[in-house]
Amino acid sequence: MAAPAFALYSFLYLYPAVTNLLYSTQRWDGVTTPEFVGLKNFQNLLTNDDLFLKILGNNIRFSLIVVIFQTGFALLFATFLLKNTRTNIFLRTVYFFPTILSSVSVGLIWTFLYDPNYGFINAVLKAIGLDSLAMNWLGDARFSLYAVALTQVWFHTGQMVVIYVAGLQQIPAELYEAAEVDGASRWQQFKNVTWPMALPTTAVVVAYTTIQTFRAFDLIYAMTSGGPLNSSDLLVTMVFNTAFVGYKFGYAATQTIFLVLLVLLVTYLQRRVLRIDDGTKK
Amino acid sequence: MIYKIFKNTLLTIFAAAVLIPSSIVVLGSFKKDVEIYSKPLALPDSWNLDNFRTLIDSGSVFTPFKNSTIVAVSSVFFTILFASLVAYAIARSVTVSGKVLFGLFALGLAIPGQVNIIPIFTLFTDLGLNNSLFGLVLVNIALTLPISVFIISAFFKDLPKEMFEVASIDGANHWRVYRSIAMPLARPAIGATSIFLFVINWNDLLYPLMLINELDKKTLPLTLIDYRGEFATSYSMLFTAILVASIPMVLMYIFAQRSFIAGLTAGAVKG
Repeated sequence: MAAPAFALYSFLYLYPAVTNLLYSTQRWDGVTTPEFVGLKNFQNLLTNDDLFLKILGNNIRFSLIVVIFQTGFALLFATFLLKNTRTNIFLRTVYFFPTILSSVSVGLIWTFLYDPNYGFINAVLKAIGLDSLAMNWLGDARFSLYAVALTQVWFHTGQMVVIYVAGLQQIPAELYEAAEVDGASRWQQFKNVTWPMALPTTAVVVAYTTIQTFRAFDLIYAMTSGGPLNSSDLLVTMVFNTAFVGYKFGYAATQTIFLVLLVLLVTYLQRRVLRIDDGTKK
Repeated sequence: MIYKIFKNTLLTIFAAAVLIPSSIVVLGSFKKDVEIYSKPLALPDSWNLDNFRTLIDSGSVFTPFKNSTIVAVSSVFFTILFASLVAYAIARSVTVSGKVLFGLFALGLAIPGQVNIIPIFTLFTDLGLNNSLFGLVLVNIALTLPISVFIISAFFKDLPKEMFEVASIDGANHWRVYRSIAMPLARPAIGATSIFLFVINWNDLLYPLMLINELDKKTLPLTLIDYRGEFATSYSMLFTAILVASIPMVLMYIFAQRSFIAGLTAGAVKG
């Protein structure tokens, strides 16, 4: 019964993953005969590629910003919207809305908001007399990465709010009641009840968001294509450009393998940290 | 008191941050460029469908809409069919083979789909599957199988084993048990997964961008990217195109909010 699925999966997932390993040891433009170069691609990537290091740095910054802000806002909003009142359900539905849009649509909408001449953000800044803050958000290498990160946070915070609400609603009400009897302030309740009890959910949210930020492609491609001057280039856009703009297929394959190892390492570290954290609380 | 002000301010700001851009797009699709730039949030001077007409006359919206529909619907259908068969086989397996099968698909969860772009590109070039919607469907199925198997398996695992066994004792073969017991029971999981898959497939850019370059095979996200170049200076046309491309998702979201949110959340949590 599993045969058709397994055949397709092997042919278009497992087999390509193995071919990819082979490509990573070749110098190949996708057309002429590939040349075997051993581990030279890996060596070049790690010791001789400033652009790669810059983009890796971009991606780490992008991930940190998105993980911290998206998780923080989502937890905050979830504590605000915890009870299933009409208003809260309505707001959750509104917040979730961007999640159903395509990255391309979101990217193009924000391209308008950020537009230096006609955009909404600069129009608002000028209207309240902050003309000096009106920037070329996507066209300036100083801001582009942050501008794209903000869009990503806007895009997926609502989804994380829903995940947090589901997690926080599992916390027994008695814990809060007991805390209140003890005279705990709102902040103390958050610190001593909500935060430790929400840790498993936080682990899920952080892991999912991290992977999402290391896989990001569509949004970047639609907004800046990685520019200007690679300031908003991330790992997957880099792989795409290496292969389909630079025609370095072997080198691009090497980059994807680095990406897999990086994602696995980050996931492993996060699991360890969050599990240890979980253990000490018991 | 201070807490309440803080809370309500933040909640309002984020609600506005979602609603304002959405309104700009909807209103903008009825406006001329000048109106969008001068008063993006005002109601249009006149509600007319000029932009929609221009978009349709340009002949570039029906085909991608049709292509996206074909690709998303077939990808979801076959992924669900294949994934539920695998999940059923895993659930019913009494030997180690079920665990091996599960392990192999779990491997796919660890390798992000983006990693395979180069080998899939070369493979498809060799097979002549570039510029083919069929090829795109194949890739979509392969890429979304691991997560779908995972979600549906998790659901089957929670069902009491007796449900299947009783039917088997009654002499029903595997196909029958799958069709008349497993699938009807799994309806909530199947529904959630379908929505999750539909959104992914409808919105995907990376693989179509790489595999499709013939105009009559393009999907909506690709066409939107083309519009960005074509209508670089015309946000009114861009907004109209975005609105048209988002209509199916928005309608589904309005009418099936709950399953939508459940589906997309399950995809994130289980993934």
